[in-house]
Amino acid sequence: MDAQEIIGRRVARELRTGHLVNLGIGIPTLVANYVPSDIKVFFQSENGLIGTGPIPEQGMAHPHLTDAGGRPISALPGACTFDSAMSFGLIRGGHLDVTVLGGLQVDAEGHLANWMIPGKMVPGMGGAMDLVSGAKRVIVAMQHAAKGKSKIVRKCTLPLTSSRIIDLVVTDIAVIGFPDGKAMLMETAPGVTVAEVMAVTEAELVIPDTVPEMTI
Amino acid sequence: MKAISVEEAVAMIPAGASVMVGGFMGVGTPERLLDEVVRQHKTGLVLISNDAATPGKGVGKLFDAGLVSRLTASHIGLNPKAQQQMLANQIAVDLIPQGTLVERIRAGGCGLGGVLTPTGVGTTVAEGKRQIEIDGKAFLLETAVRAQFALVHAFLADYLGNLSYALTARNFNPVMAMAADTVIVTAEHIVPVGVIAPDHVVTPAPLVDYLIANE
Repeated sequence: MDAQEIIGRRVARELRTGHLVNLGIGIPTLVANYVPSDIKVFFQSENGLIGTGPIPEQGMAHPHLTDAGGRPISALPGACTFDSAMSFGLIRGGHLDVTVLGGLQVDAEGHLANWMIPGKMVPGMGGAMDLVSGAKRVIVAMQHAAKGKSKIVRKCTLPLTSSRIIDLVVTDIAVIGFPDGKAMLMETAPGVTVAEVMAVTEAELVIPDTVPEMTI
Repeated sequence: MKAISVEEAVAMIPAGASVMVGGFMGVGTPERLLDEVVRQHKTGLVLISNDAATPGKGVGKLFDAGLVSRLTASHIGLNPKAQQQMLANQIAVDLIPQGTLVERIRAGGCGLGGVLTPTGVGTTVAEGKRQIEIDGKAFLLETAVRAQFALVHAFLADYLGNLSYALTARNFNPVMAMAADTVIVTAEHIVPVGVIAPDHVVTPAPLVDYLIANE
């Protein structure tokens, strides 16, 4: 199983029937592929849709039915559409149960930086700041390290997405939570030891007596 | 509402005008109006839109033609031309959280001075803004946004100018249709009055100043 599939499968296990869920671009999008068939969630696309379905079959794309990246998607029976003010009212107003986003850095206190690298990448925050500020639960889905550097850092050096403390980070080797505002190793990926996670993590991790293996 | 040609409509927009354009990554964007803005070469536009779309699509065409002097948007990451123009200081760019952008426009269209939002508290977005505490929670004061023109794309427009939208092509369009001095609309279909049932009208006719007539 590759790194992205591990992350996608583990995040999918956080979803419950009836949840309204927003998936960000990249690894978070993959989560939809791994939701167990007995779990029925509503996926929101912030460009104005609840009930997003898979990529349409060849020839079935509609120019007015797209995801937040402008790519064709489908809509499931029971889907509904709305304008951007309603869409972000849902996000900020406490109606969104879970947001899953990518990350550039998550620090030991649970802060997320995921929208810019000064001088290098200045795309704009899009909906990320509203999602992190407003969702009931914020889950970051990302690789544990990039180019050999830990993305779980002592303190974010990149501009923060929100002052809000995130709930969970799921990486290819670990699940990290932030009870009491400190990064705690909750689970390790199959075949990965606690020592191995600690060795590639810049942030100091609280290690409980038992650290179970991820169920994926 | 008055039905006019796309040439007449765009001729009303002076160089340097502030223009809101509906659409999300070019979906639900009034392409015919933008093509004509490019043809008439309206320079120095102060553009307000969710994003910069991609080159050749939606508002991306305005960056291709170098017509934008200032951009207010939430995301420009998928348009390398807009990024280059920003980094070369050819355009001034205000990047705003998407939910804040739409609420500022909504406020502009609803007679409000602004809105209080928790989004951006404790980030660079808060710099230079008033922070107000209500019931122990911090909010930023985000002021209303309006423009001289709103360019809106609908799915159906009836002969009076009542509008309805399709799927995810709705996005910023109905909000912008409230927030500009002059509202110009293109529609996929122009239909008789009554085809859009009263309960399905999203933008009421009195908000629409000009509808681009079929050719």
